[in-house]
Amino acid sequence: MPSTPAISFQHVGKTYRSVRGAVKALDDVSFDIEPGEFFGLLGPNGAGKTTLISILAGLARASNGQVRVLGHDVVTDYAAARRSLGIVPQELVFDPFFSVREALRLQGGYFGVHNNDDWIDELLAHLGLADKADANMRQLSGGMKRRVLVAQALVHRPPVIVLDEPTAGVDVELRQTLWQFVARLNKEGHTVLLTTHYLEEAEALCGRLAMLKQGRVVALDRTSALLAGTASTMLRFKMDAPLPPSLAAQSRVTGRIVQITAHDAHEVETILGVLRNAGCQPEDLEIGRADLEDVFLEIMQGATA
Amino acid sequence: MNGALAGTKALLYKEVLRFWKVSFQTVAAPVLTAILYLLIFGHVLEDHVKVYGSVGYTSFLIPGLVMMSVLQNAFANSSSSLIQSKITGNLVFVLVAPLSHWAWFVAYVGASVVRGVAVGLGVLLVTVWFAPFQLVQPLWVVVFAVMGAAMMGALGLVAGLWAEKFDQIAAFQNFIIMPMTFLSGVFYSVDSLPPFWKVVSHLNPFFYMIDGFRRGFFGVSDVSPWTGLAVVAASLALVCALCLHLLKIGYKIRH
Repeated sequence: MPSTPAISFQHVGKTYRSVRGAVKALDDVSFDIEPGEFFGLLGPNGAGKTTLISILAGLARASNGQVRVLGHDVVTDYAAARRSLGIVPQELVFDPFFSVREALRLQGGYFGVHNNDDWIDELLAHLGLADKADANMRQLSGGMKRRVLVAQALVHRPPVIVLDEPTAGVDVELRQTLWQFVARLNKEGHTVLLTTHYLEEAEALCGRLAMLKQGRVVALDRTSALLAGTASTMLRFKMDAPLPPSLAAQSRVTGRIVQITAHDAHEVETILGVLRNAGCQPEDLEIGRADLEDVFLEIMQGATA
Repeated sequence: MNGALAGTKALLYKEVLRFWKVSFQTVAAPVLTAILYLLIFGHVLEDHVKVYGSVGYTSFLIPGLVMMSVLQNAFANSSSSLIQSKITGNLVFVLVAPLSHWAWFVAYVGASVVRGVAVGLGVLLVTVWFAPFQLVQPLWVVVFAVMGAAMMGALGLVAGLWAEKFDQIAAFQNFIIMPMTFLSGVFYSVDSLPPFWKVVSHLNPFFYMIDGFRRGFFGVSDVSPWTGLAVVAASLALVCALCLHLLKIGYKIRH
């Protein structure tokens, strides 16, 4: 018998209406996340990732479709659904009236959890906040506030954890601490849904991915399958001169670094031929395996939403 | 403890803790304002005005100032807490919690009642030394103070849900709440007004709150306390129904 999905999105749509007209943020989004999965939700800005998570968390209401957390509908059975969820919001928000420990005790209290100082101390220790327990939230740095947001999401020990771009603008050390901690929680059986702009994070952590574009799912597969099934080779080189027009459209240029997708050896030869005929002199030429960023860009460029 | 009840209690505790942490601003400052009103108006009018036949003006003014402080601070508590949380974004912590619209209502309105009554008690304790004190029917004092504070707490919640910036809350407070409390008989007996303004005052539910509250001190009032109770109960029910409806549909907080 199949297990109940940790998170289930079924035909979810969301249209924002205003005097300026209607904007369709999500269009018929359907996929399930199984218990224990580390699942990545990717997409460019405005793709609908945060809207989808807002509907899951009860911060927004779907125009149509159904969302369930461990079988609990987020609208009709919202209390059970929310008890199962720990949400780390994207915005760096905090309540300036309280200390870190007070904020965590209150957050647990909203979920009916009291006298859990042992767990709060464990969270603070794992997130490097032990010496900040009695500090007011206003006194913390941005990175520290981000850690408190993670602790607040976990204070009621939810089985499903949702992280909405948790590492946006945080330093490398915090990113490492956070991912080690979240990976440990995942190993212990927690389901993790992650949205991120750092594709190397998604590639390293997520077993399965969904990609959104303009409110629609344009890719949904295991990370390894996405990497294997799309552009398998990448031609990388450095060049000062402008690219020939025929290559410019299909290239990704970052400063002097040029990356072009090549599906096979013949295509590599063709690209090099075009460069040679144009008199270009590429440096540090290498042919490598496509990473998730390449796959992401190819899917985003190719998908018609 | 039942999870829903524990959640409500936690939110109520947070709302009380929030204003208590800045009690100099939320409790002490309104008490000082009320004392200034008493000193100025009492000094000017004490020898010129007698109310209900024999009650001195300062004695008459004290319950009015106490109730005005209760009402204004109850409104300020829920409205300012909600708008601050909305604008700074930390309302998300409460929005993602498994709290029903009833839990929100009980917690925000409950904390408003606590602050309103705390400020009222503070004003009473400080001003009671300025004039002879009597408390003839204390039950009316409690009933009208709690019902008035609850209504203003619920109204503050409605204003906090509706407003999108501090400016709008200030407008609500300065153009609706302040005139209605000032023109409700805090500083005078409505019975002494010309007929037209007397009728206008009787349309203001705040008048019945002040009048009923004062009844508890002196045993006399401009209208029957039972009439006052009926009007205040009906107003409270109306505002609570509106507030609960807005919370249930997530008006301007769940999109």
